[in-house]
Amino acid sequence: MTNPNVVLHVADVHKRFGGLHALADIDLQVEEGQTHAIIGPNGAGKSTLLNVIIGKLAPTSGQVVFDGTILTGRKPYQINQLGIARVFQTPEIFADLSVLHNVMIPALAKRDGAFRLNMLRGLDSETGILRESEDMLEDVGMFASREMAAGSLSRGDKRRMELAMCLIQHPRLLLLDEPTAGMSRHDTNTTIELLKKIKSRGMTKVIIEHDMHVVFSLADKISVLAQGRIIADGTPDQVRGNPKVQEAYLGGTH
Amino acid sequence: MRIMSRNDLLLFLGFTVVVLAMPIWLHPFGAAYPDLLQRFMIFGIFAVGFNILFGLTGYLSFGHAAFFGVGSYAAVWSFKLLSLDAIPAMIFAVVVSGVFALVIGFVSLRRSGIYFSILTLAFAQMSYNLAYSVLTPITNGETGLQLNLNDPRYLDTTMGIPTAGQPVPTLLGQSLGGFAGFYFCAGFLILAFFIAMRITNSPFGMMLKGIKSNQTRMNYTGFNTKPYTLAAFVISGMYAGLAGALLAVTDPLAGAERMQWTASGEVVLMTILGGAGTLVGPVIGAWLIKYFENIFSAINETILHRFFDVLPDGLDNALVAITSKFVGEGWFLTLGLVFVLIVVFLPGGIMEGVRRIAHLFDRKPKGRPGKAAPQPQPAE
Amino acid sequence: MFEVIFLQFLNGLDKGAAYALIALGLTLVFGTLGVVNFAHGALFMLGAFCAVLFRQFLTLETVTLDPEKLSPWGAPLEIREPLVQAWFGDFGAVLVNYSVPASIIITIPIMLLVGIGLERGIIKHFYKRPHAEQILVTFGLAIVAQELIKSFFGPNPIPQPMPSDLRGAADIGAFLGMQANVITYPIWRLIYFLFSFVIIGGVFAFLQFTTFGMVVRAGMADRETVGLLGINIDRRFTIMFGLAAVVAGIAGVMYTPLLPPNYHIGMDFLVLSFVVVVVGGMGSLPGAVAAGFLLGILQSFASMTQVKALIPGIDQIIIYLVAVVILLVLPRGLFGRRGVMEA
Repeated sequence: MTNPNVVLHVADVHKRFGGLHALADIDLQVEEGQTHAIIGPNGAGKSTLLNVIIGKLAPTSGQVVFDGTILTGRKPYQINQLGIARVFQTPEIFADLSVLHNVMIPALAKRDGAFRLNMLRGLDSETGILRESEDMLEDVGMFASREMAAGSLSRGDKRRMELAMCLIQHPRLLLLDEPTAGMSRHDTNTTIELLKKIKSRGMTKVIIEHDMHVVFSLADKISVLAQGRIIADGTPDQVRGNPKVQEAYLGGTH
Repeated sequence: MRIMSRNDLLLFLGFTVVVLAMPIWLHPFGAAYPDLLQRFMIFGIFAVGFNILFGLTGYLSFGHAAFFGVGSYAAVWSFKLLSLDAIPAMIFAVVVSGVFALVIGFVSLRRSGIYFSILTLAFAQMSYNLAYSVLTPITNGETGLQLNLNDPRYLDTTMGIPTAGQPVPTLLGQSLGGFAGFYFCAGFLILAFFIAMRITNSPFGMMLKGIKSNQTRMNYTGFNTKPYTLAAFVISGMYAGLAGALLAVTDPLAGAERMQWTASGEVVLMTILGGAGTLVGPVIGAWLIKYFENIFSAINETILHRFFDVLPDGLDNALVAITSKFVGEGWFLTLGLVFVLIVVFLPGGIMEGVRRIAHLFDRKPKGRPGKAAPQPQPAE
Repeated sequence: MFEVIFLQFLNGLDKGAAYALIALGLTLVFGTLGVVNFAHGALFMLGAFCAVLFRQFLTLETVTLDPEKLSPWGAPLEIREPLVQAWFGDFGAVLVNYSVPASIIITIPIMLLVGIGLERGIIKHFYKRPHAEQILVTFGLAIVAQELIKSFFGPNPIPQPMPSDLRGAADIGAFLGMQANVITYPIWRLIYFLFSFVIIGGVFAFLQFTTFGMVVRAGMADRETVGLLGINIDRRFTIMFGLAAVVAGIAGVMYTPLLPPNYHIGMDFLVLSFVVVVVGGMGSLPGAVAAGFLLGILQSFASMTQVKALIPGIDQIIIYLVAVVILLVLPRGLFGRRGVMEA
């Protein structure tokens, strides 16, 4: 049962909203370095599960353990400081600030922790952070737009920048909530390319997605969620061949 | 490692020169007398400090006058109990208002948005009402707290400094009346501006901007936003206390009306008018409001008649009748109108206007927000 | 003892009624348009000055000199006669006497115009802007309104007499079968309280039982969906703003005999009313009404000498204190809904 490679363990989680059993008996083990996708039709409980993992929602019972630490009941910033970064369904960025500053902020959070009264040093003298941020923007192909206000970027570029904001923290676990939702075909493709590119870096990723195209090209392991339960678990090929999945999901929408 | 970038250094030097030379360049505008200049400095500090909270974090406090008032009371008490020297009074006032801000901020910052505004307003109104009623032993109620010939002044007595005649605040024995008072205040404004500039351009300042821009992201980025906002709140409360103390130095009488919510509203107006979130904007806003308050309040119908003299009689009278509503007692009407127009058409305040105009002339998108240092031009 | 408490309770009602009426309008505007209106107190004040204006108009006089009679100083006696009385005779006299309630007739159209004008002219541009900017622009409007009034009516309070038949006090104690003359209550306060009940009831009935109200309530809950149904919600919201202005205006009219209006009465009430709205819960109409009365009554109790002796200064801060406590314990106020104004 105890697999030493498991970094994130969602253990027997139930979540009820009033009479609605949104999550039932969820047991999920994510191994170090793997890309683990959670798929399922709309309303299957994917977002609820993600919110339970990052501590936004408290589970009715059960708990979430990250590398030996219980996440349940912790605040978002504490969870981040443990090494978990999150990409949102609609990019959460600092729209008024420049792209460069958007990336510098998480870099500073990584270095300085949750709070530091760092007010007498100039930003200009943070050369280390500056260089790191510029390298990161170069890495995701956004160096040219570093002086632009983040709010004026295209949807795809916002997502790319948000990814850079997460990657610069070198998280041990990256949570992606429908990273291509609401995107044009072109933006979706560039985002997938980028995700593939960072796949080799060895960080653990959990992707929530309903777009099968995205999932099967990225995931090492897939869990299928339907009506609040995990109905299948395995490699992409195993999941693809599972009749229960075809009935609940693939047969329905594709 | 550089202390400051070249742009910042230029901005700071420019600001310093503009401030110190005020008695000269304000002369043609009829505003170069110490009393008004002192108020320019004092409210400049108040607005710069308010901007550290509102401009950077976006938290709109409607109760900042409370810290201003507390600063005034603390300074006057220091004059009464410790010494007539201004330095201990300033230190005492800044510390007291800082502690006061820490307490109020700690409670108020548990909520955000309009709830935060209402909480700060509620605390300020409580302070104001209490200052008028139960706290009369400390505030001397409606009369206001003032200096007295037989105040104990323990520090002065132990050091054997005698007081001759009516007690007035001094600096190391020098009188702080007239232009000396102005330069004393100007020194503090320049210092206050310098610190605000450092804060704005520091990592801490960027965190505050991040909080204003997207608090959710800040949390998920690993920041505990509460101590950041609290620190900004306390710093801006200390600025307000400093300004209040300076007002007590130049005029050692502290009254509760300084804490009323209209006074809190005034500093909001100054900051918005100049441009919230910019460095020089709030200072310019404070100067403009204090300047026009002074000019407009002094205009009366006789002056208006003289002004419109060239026009035919009927038109002359009609124009005087209309314009007289906007000057003298009606100055606040003008202020309100200007304010509405600014918020509707130029939410970024005067600084945004300057930027837009600069943009017309200069197509290169080089200028970064808050970096331009225009000569403050009290309009014609 | 019971009488004392009951009396304080009554004393709190009229102030509470004024708070409730202002808070009701604030909440209507916030709930429907999503706008934080700092100019709402100014609407209350404008209403009060409609009463002042109406009375000034009614009491325009003709002055004729009576050559037959001399005043004690030897000058010809001036005969002053209100024009209205000259034109309408006795009815005119009654009109002057009842000028305060009668001025509601002109207040309603005036406030409706002011409200609709404000909404169309300025407020509608602020639906999508941040709450801070809404606060700022309406704050500016409030300054403009009060300074305009000040420049036309002067800085001093202008007392408005209540109708002569309605002066004096009603012996409520005797009415309720208690000892006579123990609990007496000024008639006009009683009227104000009843009036507020009618208005509040009217607004609730309007929202509950008319199609218009149903659409507005649906819009308060989910604006976009209602917009999708092809209903012109914007026009209805304009009318709601006008309605809120009318409610504030007539609340101001009826309050004039209790507190002579001056130009900053609106600001004085606004600060308190905002506290009331927040205590009741932003966007909740029953919350606004309940909190209005609650705070009015609490304030009345806090002004009792016994209470003041126990906690000095409590009468000065009770409302703010309650607001702070409620906000910290119940973040959304007494009846607030989740997710409102939590940005």
